[in-house]
Amino acid sequence: MFAYIVRRLVLMLVTLFGISVIIFVLLRIVPGNIVDILFDAAGFVDKADKANLERELGLDQSIVVQYLHWIGGLLRGDLGYSYVSEKPALEEILPRIPITARLAGLALLFSAMFGIPLGVISAVNQGTRLDYALRVVSLSGLSLPSFWLGLLILMASVSLFGTMPIFNPNPQTFGQALAIYCVPALAVGFRSAALVMRITRSSMLEILRQDYIRTARAKGASETTVNYQHALKNAILPVITVIGIEAAFLIGGLIVTETVFNIPGVARFLVEAIRWRDYPIVQNLVMFIAVVVVVANFTVDMLYAALDPRIRYTD
Amino acid sequence: MRRAQAFAVAILSLLAASDVTSATEKQGGILRVYHRDSPASASIHEEATYSTNVPFMPVFNNLVIYKQDVAQNSLQSIVPDLAESWAWSGDNKTLSFKLRQGVKWHDGKPFTSNDVKCTFDMLMGKSAQKFRKNPRKSWYDQVVDVTTNGDFEVAFNLKRPQPALLALLASGYTPVYPCHVSPGDMRTKPVGTGPFKFVEFKANESIKLIRNPDYWKKALPHLDGIEFTIIPNRSTAILAFVAGKFDMTFPTEVSIPLLKDVKTQAPNAVCVVEPINVSTNIIVNSSAPPFDSLDIRRAMALALDRKAFVSILFEGQADIGGTMLPAPAGLWAMPKEMLETIPGYGPDINANREEARKLMQKAGYGPNKHLQVKVSTRNIPIYRDPAIILIDQLKSIYIDADLEVVETANWFSKVARKDYTLGLNLTGNAVDDPDQSFYENYSCNSERNYTNYCNAEIEKLFDQQSAETDVSKRKKLVWDIDKKLQEDVARPIIFHGRQGSCWQPYVKGITIMVNSSYNGYRYEDVWMDK
Repeated sequence: MFAYIVRRLVLMLVTLFGISVIIFVLLRIVPGNIVDILFDAAGFVDKADKANLERELGLDQSIVVQYLHWIGGLLRGDLGYSYVSEKPALEEILPRIPITARLAGLALLFSAMFGIPLGVISAVNQGTRLDYALRVVSLSGLSLPSFWLGLLILMASVSLFGTMPIFNPNPQTFGQALAIYCVPALAVGFRSAALVMRITRSSMLEILRQDYIRTARAKGASETTVNYQHALKNAILPVITVIGIEAAFLIGGLIVTETVFNIPGVARFLVEAIRWRDYPIVQNLVMFIAVVVVVANFTVDMLYAALDPRIRYTD
Repeated sequence: MRRAQAFAVAILSLLAASDVTSATEKQGGILRVYHRDSPASASIHEEATYSTNVPFMPVFNNLVIYKQDVAQNSLQSIVPDLAESWAWSGDNKTLSFKLRQGVKWHDGKPFTSNDVKCTFDMLMGKSAQKFRKNPRKSWYDQVVDVTTNGDFEVAFNLKRPQPALLALLASGYTPVYPCHVSPGDMRTKPVGTGPFKFVEFKANESIKLIRNPDYWKKALPHLDGIEFTIIPNRSTAILAFVAGKFDMTFPTEVSIPLLKDVKTQAPNAVCVVEPINVSTNIIVNSSAPPFDSLDIRRAMALALDRKAFVSILFEGQADIGGTMLPAPAGLWAMPKEMLETIPGYGPDINANREEARKLMQKAGYGPNKHLQVKVSTRNIPIYRDPAIILIDQLKSIYIDADLEVVETANWFSKVARKDYTLGLNLTGNAVDDPDQSFYENYSCNSERNYTNYCNAEIEKLFDQQSAETDVSKRKKLVWDIDKKLQEDVARPIIFHGRQGSCWQPYVKGITIMVNSSYNGYRYEDVWMDK
């Protein structure tokens, strides 16, 4: 087990190195850099000024030197300066991470909180009206784009209550704080919840047909015990895999949700940074997301072993 | 007709002014405004977008400024700001200013003539300290130097008379910067003498200003502060305004169709639609075939149905004109009768297009041989939408065009490389004055003359009108130049857009400028009746 963990950790480092190279090269393949954009916004180019600015930002150096400079800084904990705000990249990124983390955490919580029980209910009531209704809800969750759902929620909120849960960095009440995170988390988590529900349902249906479930019922166990203690425990593994993957993919959904709800999180910031070709921000943020994804995958794999005694990672 | 228009503008201006003074202004309150995007920096001198002017103009003062409660900018509406008075020399080659004494920068240091000299030396590229970008350097091409006489007198010495210099100095684009703060710091933590002090600028999040208690205009500003929340998503921003989360929309940012929504959902909101002095035009690569042919360029100009653009995109609420902003908002527009004599501006579109088809046939194109071109434009709706209409209209004269959308990051370098045939472009004018518009967009050596249009005869006329001190004589010269520019198809103007601005009924003292989107954001007179 120990050797397996070490092997996985080494693999994680290699993966992260590969990602760092890919991010770095891809960013520089995309036409235009921050200097082009700054001058584009001004509607003119002064070649001398442009050259000065490129020199100031280190963009005149070879790509290899720039990469080594970045990686060297990263290892020392120096993430460089944002080209746009001229503030340290860490200072720009750090305050935004908890905002997105809260949103992502809540979205995942909602997806598990609603997706798993509804999936179980749908499975145990297979073929009933309730099952059909829940399947329609889950299908709509997968079909509705989160930006559209977000806008719809905002419009409904304005039209019904005359207000809307727009982000406020200093919420006055707990209710306000709940609203500014929960509503967008519901909008982004709806899709994940639908997916989790479908996976839970299909996994449960498969398990519920197993012999040991019949045996449990024959022994006189209640339906709740059969469904939640015997069936769900064994049906949960694919659900955890999906939640792990969703955690990684959530950033995509968060970009639009943060934009629609005007939440100053990491996801929206990343899009803006890409628009400005703010390399230090994009590189470091994408690396951060890569670390989150790699760690999430690793955690899911470790959870398998914890949840299913049949799974053992051998050396 | 023009007199009546001028009278109407004067009455409107007076009404706007009386609105400010008719009630007793209340002190206090934070004005909450949404901002359309995150500006690249806080340094007005280094940027060329009103995304920077709107939040940061309240931090500064100019030497002179357009009176903030008069909607139409003109030489008559210019009032002293950091200057107490100004005077032209007898030969009109020196513009001198007496400066206000006792003014302090927000960091407590005194304001002197040295700050003025520093600012303009940097703008002219004459100082050791440099701006990263200096987009309006050409505004000061006629200035030989700026000299000081003691701490409170400064003079601009010119190569030749240029009455428009005063108009340029009054723009929101021309604040005075402190000598003792570096350009880098001005990009991130600007220090001014204005009614509001800079508090913070969080990129993509917010910009906060607070009342300057030591402002040299006693009892101003009325507000305790201004908070701009950056909301790039227009739907969210409008909904938030409707929900009362904001006191004001971003100025001149509400499109005509969206304005209808606002008025339906927030019937009490005060909304106005005004010209923004931004023209939508076509940039033509006349250095390469097929548009190196004047016939084909003229045919394209004749094919334009400008009214269709205006009615589709603005529900009829936009203006048709030449380079200069059309009347009554614009001061320098040629009369309608003159405009209609320019090919393509006549009312009979079918006759224009028939003539265009003849020109195309002369150039070897016809029903069986269409000209294939690309129309390049930025990937932004206000660029893309008119480009699509243009492509449709060009079909009527045997031109089959494809739309090529270009990311903003690559647009200007593409244009500078002349890597386009036809481009759909927007040109904003900071000041309603021919000097700014002609030199910037059509002069042979201008960096912003994207099409490289260069006409020695016109160049002479540019200088002639620029030096003319008699306004009526200058106007006639400007009309002739504008007409010639349109006839040469230098950069065909399709229309001049209008946009809406809204604010809650308790917000008082807002005046939306009608002939510039860059000059009316000092906000020292704004107050809230609640």
